[in-house]
Amino acid sequence: MNPFDLISDISAWVVPCLIFSAVFYAHFCGTKVFETFVEGAKEGFEMSVRLIPYLVGMMIAIGLFRESGAMELLESMLAPLLKLVGIPVEILPLAIMRPVSGSSALAIATEIMKVNGPDSLLGRMAATMQGSTDTTLFVLAVYFGAVGIKKTRYALTVGLLADAAGILAAVFICRLVFL
Amino acid sequence: MVNLLWAGMILIAIFVAGINGRIDIVTHSIFSSAEQAVGIALSLISIMAFWLGIMKVIEKSGFIHIVIFFLKPLARWLFPGVPHNHKAMNAMLMNMSANLLGMGNAATPFGIKAMEELQKMNRRPDTATDDMCTFLAINTAGLTLIPTTVIALRAATGAQNPTDIIGTTLVASLCSTVAAILLDRVFRFYSRYKNNGRNK
Repeated sequence: MNPFDLISDISAWVVPCLIFSAVFYAHFCGTKVFETFVEGAKEGFEMSVRLIPYLVGMMIAIGLFRESGAMELLESMLAPLLKLVGIPVEILPLAIMRPVSGSSALAIATEIMKVNGPDSLLGRMAATMQGSTDTTLFVLAVYFGAVGIKKTRYALTVGLLADAAGILAAVFICRLVFL
Repeated sequence: MVNLLWAGMILIAIFVAGINGRIDIVTHSIFSSAEQAVGIALSLISIMAFWLGIMKVIEKSGFIHIVIFFLKPLARWLFPGVPHNHKAMNAMLMNMSANLLGMGNAATPFGIKAMEELQKMNRRPDTATDDMCTFLAINTAGLTLIPTTVIALRAATGAQNPTDIIGTTLVASLCSTVAAILLDRVFRFYSRYKNNGRNK
């Protein structure tokens, strides 16, 4: 069997399996499943609404940047470099923003999916990139900040290098699986 | 950084539009982007509501302990400086399991709890310990089985099969996690080597 088919198979099975086992386990352990579900679902509503300002701000900025021709300009300037690492220029703002701000990166990824189509290679690359790593600067700020650590030693370096690895891996694996 | 990037994009875009003789697209583009943004956020509500509902069920039922069972051996190897049944170890396991299941909101309180426990073992309270750095390396790499928000967004933008990026996300996420763990180990031994040199 082709290993890339396996990756698609995993995609198809993992969600149904998780929902089944979660509901099964919860119900037979005596959790009031429906009431608990509704309680969580309310948070989903609030979360979507909280995202609106980020989406509006970022989609306007990226939309302007692309439609004005600035994106093409950037592409022609960075073309040799981007070709070397294989990152499409449309993905670049997302790759820069991903370790810095989760909500802003999410908004950029959304814009890429909306404009190129969520099932295009670019759309899937953006989705993979967004989903595959956490917001390094946010995580470090929250966790070190919570206990008052000031000397963070090599934590930031490791976090950012790992992000770079994840971003390149996302570009590479999407080309292999979806192209 | 966010502010710089945002301002940069807006300013450069308007400037370039002016030079290219496309200044009329500026207002048009702003209105259509803003409208699209709100539309997407609204269609996001349906799937986010579902996901966070399921996540709450997982959280309340104690399903997470199944994941913890599998993660325990790995955690012992990753954090040699933390005793097996220490509060810090338990909090870190809860945090990593919650992240793995895509419950970012539930994971943060455990993460902070873990940092507080690790801090109690810290001899220099203003400096991060080795184990703290390892814990954060794993956290920033963000290994997730199901990237719930992204799936919801794919559905909201009209994807044929919103979940078909789970496999690629898992692979990319594994790459960054392995990179984070390896780099962390390298830095950990390098800094120990450097300190030994200084003490002599």
